[in-house]
Amino acid sequence: MYAMSRFNRRVILLAGLLVPWTGQAAPWNTLGRAITADEIADWNIDVRPDGVGLPKGRGSVAEGQIIYDAQCAACHGTFGDSPQFVALAGGIGSLKTSTPQRTVGSKLNYATTLWDYINRAMPFNNSKSLAPNEVYAVVAYVLNLNGIVSADAVLDEISLPQVKMPNRDGFTLAHGMRSVHGKPDVHNVACMRNCAQEVKISAEIPPDFTQQMYGDIRAQFRQFTLQDQGAAPSPSTAAGAASAPELLKANGCGVCHGRDQGIVGPAFTDISKRYAAVADASAKLTAKIREGGSGVWGTAIMPPQSQISDVALATILNWIKSGAPSE
Amino acid sequence: MQEQSLRPGRVIAASENKLSPQYEERRRLLGGIVGTAAALFGVRATAADKAVQRLAVPPWSKQLGKPVASQPYGLPSHYESNIIRRINPGLTTTSESSVAFTPLQNLFGIITPNGLHFERNHNGLPEVDPYRHRLVVHGLAKQSKIYTMEDILRFPSVSRVHFLECGANSAMEWAAVAAPTVQYTHGMLSCAEYTGVPLSTLLDDVGYDAKRAKFILAEGADAAGLTRTLPIEMALDDVLVVYGQNGEMLRPENGYPVRLIVPGVQGVSSVKWLRRIKIGDQPWHTREETIHYTDLMPDGSSRQYTYIQEAKSVITSPSGGQQLMDKGGYYQITGLAWSGRGRIKRVDVSTDGGRNWRPTRLQEPIMPKSLTRFRCDWSWDGAPTLLQSRCIDDTGYVQPTIRQLREVRGTHSIYHNNGIQTWQVTDSGDVRDVQV
Repeated sequence: MYAMSRFNRRVILLAGLLVPWTGQAAPWNTLGRAITADEIADWNIDVRPDGVGLPKGRGSVAEGQIIYDAQCAACHGTFGDSPQFVALAGGIGSLKTSTPQRTVGSKLNYATTLWDYINRAMPFNNSKSLAPNEVYAVVAYVLNLNGIVSADAVLDEISLPQVKMPNRDGFTLAHGMRSVHGKPDVHNVACMRNCAQEVKISAEIPPDFTQQMYGDIRAQFRQFTLQDQGAAPSPSTAAGAASAPELLKANGCGVCHGRDQGIVGPAFTDISKRYAAVADASAKLTAKIREGGSGVWGTAIMPPQSQISDVALATILNWIKSGAPSE
Repeated sequence: MQEQSLRPGRVIAASENKLSPQYEERRRLLGGIVGTAAALFGVRATAADKAVQRLAVPPWSKQLGKPVASQPYGLPSHYESNIIRRINPGLTTTSESSVAFTPLQNLFGIITPNGLHFERNHNGLPEVDPYRHRLVVHGLAKQSKIYTMEDILRFPSVSRVHFLECGANSAMEWAAVAAPTVQYTHGMLSCAEYTGVPLSTLLDDVGYDAKRAKFILAEGADAAGLTRTLPIEMALDDVLVVYGQNGEMLRPENGYPVRLIVPGVQGVSSVKWLRRIKIGDQPWHTREETIHYTDLMPDGSSRQYTYIQEAKSVITSPSGGQQLMDKGGYYQITGLAWSGRGRIKRVDVSTDGGRNWRPTRLQEPIMPKSLTRFRCDWSWDGAPTLLQSRCIDDTGYVQPTIRQLREVRGTHSIYHNNGIQTWQVTDSGDVRDVQV
C-alpha cells in the first residue's frame, strides 16, 4: 500500500508538476554518453519556420544564379521548370485546378523549408556540400524564379523567415489522420445483401498497355502454378550442358575424390597423371567407374557407379584426360 | 450451391491434373507420349490413355544431395528466382529516389521475407558503417546523449509485428487504374517482426522536458537526411527504435543499422538509418511534410501531417495478372487486411462486384497495426465476375470504395488511397485490375 513503484512516484510527480523533467534513474541510464551542443553542431542542421536553426550568412539572387546554373540546372532546368525532376518554379495558384503543380512557389508554406532541404539533401549527387552563404544564394535565386523575391534580393538568417510564401495558409490540420483517435472523413457501411444495384466497370487498363509497359506479366507469378507453361526448364538444360565438375557433384564423386586431393580414393589430378600414358585409358577408367574395384590406389574400395549416364561419363573422362582443370 | 462441390480435406490436385485445354488436346493427339513435366510426375489415367503411366522416380531421389551449408546464408530455390521486388516502369525519374514494390501476389501468411520488404529511398541507398554510426537524442531534455550501436542493442528491447505501408501506396489508382498486378497497386506494403527499443525509453533516458516537449524530429543519416515531425504523444506511445527485422539485423535497404518504426503510420515517418532525434515545441514543416506527403484536396488546400494509415484490404490471390488455369472449379480467395488504428475485426469478400458479401476466415494471430491474412473458399462457375474485399477494424470503420474516397478527396491527393480493390475475372480466367 505504501510502497510505491518508481513508476507511480513519477506519475505523481508529473501530475503535480513539481519536477518538470522525466527520467528517474533507471539501471540502463549509464548507456550512451552526454554530448554537448558544440559536439552536435555539424549534425544539428534542422531549420524551423521561425528561423531557429538558420546559421549566420547571406546570399544574393545573382550569386545564386551562378551556383544554380552550375549545380542545379542540369536536373531542375534553367528556369526551374523541368518536369523530369521536381519542378521548382511555376504553378502558383494551380493547386485547386485540374492540373495541380507542386512546386516551391505553389506548395511550400515557409521559405525556411527550402533552405533546410537544399542544405541537407542537395545537390542530389553531392548533398551537404554547399556552404551556408551558397545555400542562401540558391534559395534567393529559386524564390526569384518564382517571382517571390526581387532580382536584387539578398537573403540572410533574419530576412529569410520573413519571406511570405504564396501558399502560406494552404495547409490544414482539420482532418482525422493526425492521431490514432482521429475521426475518419469517408464512410462506408458493411452491407451484406443486394448492396450495389448496378455494377459497371468504370475504368480498366487499355489493351496492350500492360504488355508494352511490363512485358509478359505472367513472368511475375510462380511459374509452376501456370500449368500450361509445359515443362519448366531443368537447371542443367537451362544453363546448357553440365560441366564435369557439376556432374561430379551431381553424382557424389566428390565424397571420395577431391580434384587435387585424395579423400577415400585418389585425387582426380593424380588419376589424370597416372593414366596419361596408358593406351586404353578410357576403357579402363570406364570399367573402373561402372564396375568398381580396388587395388590400384590401395585397399579402399571403389563402388560401382552404374547411375552415371554415358554422356556424363564421357564428359568426366575428357576432363580427366585434360588434366582435371579447376575451371 | 457452388459450395457443395467442395470437398474439404481432399488433396489439392497437383499441376499435372490441371493441364490447360490445349495441352490436354496435345496429349490426346500424341496418344500418351507426353511432355517431360507430365512424364516426370506421371499423369492420371484418362480414357484417352492407352496404358497406365507409372510414376517416374526423379533424379533427386537417387542422387546424393549437396552437403549442408552449401549455401551458408540460405537463398530461395532457383525456381523462385522471379519472386522479387520490382520497380514500376516510368514511375520515377531516377532509381536512387525511387521505390521497389513487394510481390504480394507471391507471398503467404503475413510476414514479408526480408529480401522482399518494400524499399523506398529518397537519395539512394547508403552503406552505413555500424561501428561509426551514432544516434543523438537532444533538444528539450535534461541531458542530450549520444549512443553507439552497442548502447542501443543493450537497452531493454521488445519485438512487435507491424505492417509498414507507404502513404503513397495505391497512389496510381486515385484517378484511374494504372497498374496490372497487386505488386504495383499495393506493394508499398510489408509486415515484419521488428525488434528494438521503445522510443519512450530513450526519451526518458535523456530526461525529455515533459512540460515543453510537443514534437520530435527524426532524421536519417542518408544523403537525403530525411526528416519527419512526430507529435510527442505518438513518440511516447508505441514508436520503436528498431535494429532487428524478422530475427536478424535490418537489411541496408530497410535502414541498417537502426531505424524508427512508427506503427500504423505512413512509412515515411519510420525514418531509416536514424541518426538524430530532436525534441522540440513546434512542428518543423520539412520538405517531406509540405511539398510531399501532404494530401491535396479539391479546394486546393493540403491536409498536413496525415499520419494514420486507415483500414485497407486487398485480395492477393486471385489478383491482377494472374491466370486461373481451370475454367470453373475451386479457388481459395486470400488476401491481406490492416489498420493503422488497431486490429482487423472482419474482412468480407464479394464475388459479384459488390452486390453481395460474405465474411472470410481470419488467420490468427490478429495483432494491432499488423497485417492480417484472410481466406475464403470460392467455386468459380467460369463466368466473368468481379472480386472485392472490404475490411472493418476494431473502431468499426469500414473500408470505403474508391468512389466514396473521391467524393470527399477528389483525385489529386496522391496519398492514403485505402479504397476497395476490384479484380475482374474474365471468362478466359485472366485477372485484371479494374474499377467499378
